[in-house]
Amino acid sequence: MLRGPNGSGKTTLLRTLAGLTPPSVGMINVNPEEVVYAAHLDAVKPQLTVAENIAFWHNIYRTPQNGTLERFDLKHLAQRDAATLSAGQKRRLGLSRLHASSCKIWLLDEPTTALDTNHVTQFAQILTEHCASGGIAVISTHLDLPFRNAQSLDITEFIPNAQSQSDPFLDGIF
Amino acid sequence: MLGLIKRDITLALRSGGGIGLALSFFLILVLFVPLGVGPDREVLTRIAPGILWIGALLSCLLSLDRIFQLDTEDGTLDALVTAPLPLTGLTSAKALAHWVTTGIPLALASAPLGYLLGLPSAGYLSLIASLVIGTISLSMLGMFGAAVSVGIKRGGLLVSILVLPLYIPTLILGVQTVTRTINGDNPGPTLALLTGLTLLTVAVVPFAASVALRANLR
Repeated sequence: MLRGPNGSGKTTLLRTLAGLTPPSVGMINVNPEEVVYAAHLDAVKPQLTVAENIAFWHNIYRTPQNGTLERFDLKHLAQRDAATLSAGQKRRLGLSRLHASSCKIWLLDEPTTALDTNHVTQFAQILTEHCASGGIAVISTHLDLPFRNAQSLDITEFIPNAQSQSDPFLDGIF
Repeated sequence: MLGLIKRDITLALRSGGGIGLALSFFLILVLFVPLGVGPDREVLTRIAPGILWIGALLSCLLSLDRIFQLDTEDGTLDALVTAPLPLTGLTSAKALAHWVTTGIPLALASAPLGYLLGLPSAGYLSLIASLVIGTISLSMLGMFGAAVSVGIKRGGLLVSILVLPLYIPTLILGVQTVTRTINGDNPGPTLALLTGLTLLTVAVVPFAASVALRANLR
């Protein structure tokens, strides 16, 4: 669990762990194939149906489609266009990518925003099972998750004070 | 990778795709030429290969900024980059899907449009062949331009300016292939050069685009 005020670098830390942003100091020692990153945005294609969206991610991660729809309570929405989903349903569809990936390391950025209480509980259940089966999740959140055994890290004290190295080319010319 | 290509093609065919946009732009552009230069058949026949190639090239530009833009806006690009899919595979798949949804339809549409401009009958086969081959390199180079400008809102014009100079060799070789066929010369050398150029872009551009993409996603 990552906690800290807005702008303290939670998302940056997650993006660095995911390998999107290069670390300015130190190194990340992880097999990138085991990491799945769920950002603020849901990575849902509005033109495709719910089932097609899920099938696409199964295809990308080369995993069999084993009840992802049911796990995230999307079965009854399977043939709906993702464009017509509510914010919470869309978020669930976005999170279902975690299950489709079968990766061990989940990096989650505010995963429960827009979810209702029931589905937060359901998601916590999925998280618990994931961790019980040897997985790990790094979650940045402002909301309380009904999730026990979580280690909490307040990154307020790590707020960077040094200026990041500037690019003289970009600064000078444009 | 195959899944990504299939998804991109599906997306292009659904509403808001862009196949229709490129094709209708091509049609309008070619139909406007006789209105501009006059109905003189001899002039039209002479400039037909060039007009068709420039028209196809400009229509191809229209959909370039969509290659990565839509995926960036809904977060799919971040997810794809972190997925166990090599970046070069991602960029090649994107370019290939663009070619299937833009290059091939344009190449096929060029035949009836060539008829409208009075293209001599000898030229059709080499027109379609040169466009089918040439649009691969147009899609590849265009995908590179799109990768460089990922994350820039309304980057369409920037992509065009970046990419157009890179299109020059393809355009020259493509038009020359058609013109030589019509004039009764052997189109083999220019077609071979065009194919070589296309193969070069297929081999090099995915790597360059991956580097650009990674730098832009920081």
